[in-house]
Amino acid sequence: MSAGWTDHLIVAPIVLPLAAAALTLFLDERQRRLKASVALLTVLALLFVSTLLLQGAASSGFAGEPATTAYHLGNWPAPFGIVLVIDWLSALMLVLTSGLGLTTLVYSLAYWDRAGPRFHTLFLLQLMGLNGAFLTGDLFNLFVFFEVLLAASYGLLLHGSGVQRVQAGLHYVSINVATSLLFLIGVALIYGVTGTLNMADLAIRIPAVAGSDLPLLQSGMAILGTAFLLKAGMWPLGLWLPRSYAAAAPPVAALFAILSKVGVYAVLRVYLLLGGEGGWAANFGDEWLLYGGMATIAFGTVGILASRTLMRVAGYSVIISSGTLLAAIGAGQGAVLGGVLFYLVSSTVGICAFYLLIELIERNEADAALKVEPVFEDEYTGSLETGEEDETGVVIPATLAILGGGFVFCVLVISGLPPLSGFVAKFAIIHGLLGLRSEIDWPVWALISLIILSGLATIIATTRAGIDLIWTPSEQPQPLHLAEAVPVGVLLAACLGLAIFAGPTMRYMERTGQSLGDRQGYVQKVLIEGPADKHARSR
Amino acid sequence: MEAVLALGIGVFTAAGVWLILRPRTFQVIIGLSLISYAVNLFIYAAGRLKVDAPPLVGTVNPDPALFDDPLPQALVLTAIVISFAMTALLLVVLLASRGLTGTDHVDGDEGE
Repeated sequence: MSAGWTDHLIVAPIVLPLAAAALTLFLDERQRRLKASVALLTVLALLFVSTLLLQGAASSGFAGEPATTAYHLGNWPAPFGIVLVIDWLSALMLVLTSGLGLTTLVYSLAYWDRAGPRFHTLFLLQLMGLNGAFLTGDLFNLFVFFEVLLAASYGLLLHGSGVQRVQAGLHYVSINVATSLLFLIGVALIYGVTGTLNMADLAIRIPAVAGSDLPLLQSGMAILGTAFLLKAGMWPLGLWLPRSYAAAAPPVAALFAILSKVGVYAVLRVYLLLGGEGGWAANFGDEWLLYGGMATIAFGTVGILASRTLMRVAGYSVIISSGTLLAAIGAGQGAVLGGVLFYLVSSTVGICAFYLLIELIERNEADAALKVEPVFEDEYTGSLETGEEDETGVVIPATLAILGGGFVFCVLVISGLPPLSGFVAKFAIIHGLLGLRSEIDWPVWALISLIILSGLATIIATTRAGIDLIWTPSEQPQPLHLAEAVPVGVLLAACLGLAIFAGPTMRYMERTGQSLGDRQGYVQKVLIEGPADKHARSR
Repeated sequence: MEAVLALGIGVFTAAGVWLILRPRTFQVIIGLSLISYAVNLFIYAAGRLKVDAPPLVGTVNPDPALFDDPLPQALVLTAIVISFAMTALLLVVLLASRGLTGTDHVDGDEGE
């Protein structure tokens, strides 16, 4: 049992934020600095752990065997006990989550964590839910972690209060509660037919389902898919998204950029794993993803042109990003996953940075003084009078130049123009789509033109807003805090890094795509090499 | 037994769907609760209906045909707790919305 502790590292992304969130609940709202340090340390540790896990996955080599590692909680064998699974994709998503978590948390320390009570607790729980959803190996736990991340996101969306947030929050909560019910119906149908909810076990049993059970199972999968697609914001299920995200506090909206990607992740995971090699299950739902994704891109393109505020522009770019991912998954039937995953990372980071920048740019116009009555008696309300320089008071000169530069950078990433990572990602997707078959069907052509058109619309919308906000001289630009500028800079540097190290990154993504198609390896690692096996080896 | 359960699920769902399409926030919440009851019954039904069968497999007679499936019952418990918590949260948001906008319309204004 000497090198055994690294095996247990897989639970850390779930246990760590949960414990820290519980700890911050014990602290009084007035001990804000202590709470902030607890949260900051936890997120730093999360980033460290997930980087270790990513290294663990990558260390098995790009050609070698599957890097899937299963962690059997309580040492119960797989289909009966709860299992956590880390593989190429999970590790990638964990790093992405903790990276975004760290930058948005640092950003919020400048002001937003004081805009309402219990920010750090909710923030940590949100990270716990996200990590859990990326790690879990069975459908019911996926539901539970979805609920954890949703419950935390309800609190975060309402953070800062105000009429607009409460209104948007009411719609957001109602829609997501209804979605969770759909999720449960899907899970119940799948359980009723197959008798299991473990994903590896399902991958074995689903191809064998036939006869009168088949329509039941297919409708179960379709209902489950609807729940995922609603999270991802596919048209017409994504109408709630731009409005809700626009109402959220900027660091919260920035973190929400990854929330819609959880839906995409779930679609990838469930459909590729459960799709099966032959029979009905192969390619089940591809047309829906392709056409639905295309409709989503079209809807996002129209919406982004019609938006009059930058928050809405960002909301519709989330929609375009989801649509591109879903359509490319559907069109490629799992073949262009390298480009898809590259785009997922690049667009999530880009949109996150964009949300953070919007606040800085629009601050000159907004009057941020939300005067609210305290809800809890220990709530710290004094902070709402900003303007006083406090511990984060390192103010950077040349505010507008930095903001303008960052804005241009962001737009390049989101719209997919060279030389940044957005371009590499879109290029990889389009290249993959063109190389699929010798004869290219019209839906693929339509998809490619939609991807390019949506980029054009993004440029038009952002340029319009940019000219308005940055070129119009304002008398006295608000000072820029170091704690706010650095996270944006780090995110944009990450996009730059993705573009510079596109070769190795792309190789990682390609390998991830392959591993998703490798059902045999997944089943082998999760089901067959059970805990009993491990135990025997350690003796 | 099957007919009663199916009817119950159907009535709950129909009433719930009708209610969540109503314009008042309270109706939406009650609608969501009704649908969640229907879903809970539905999960229960996914484990097959059995009357007077214990849910645990003993060592004496391990024939699964004689026992009820315990897993859906565990799932239902989790689902009940979660939907209960969400309903409570939604009620708070409802009250906040009522307080801030002065109306219980889901869009925050009556809209003539």
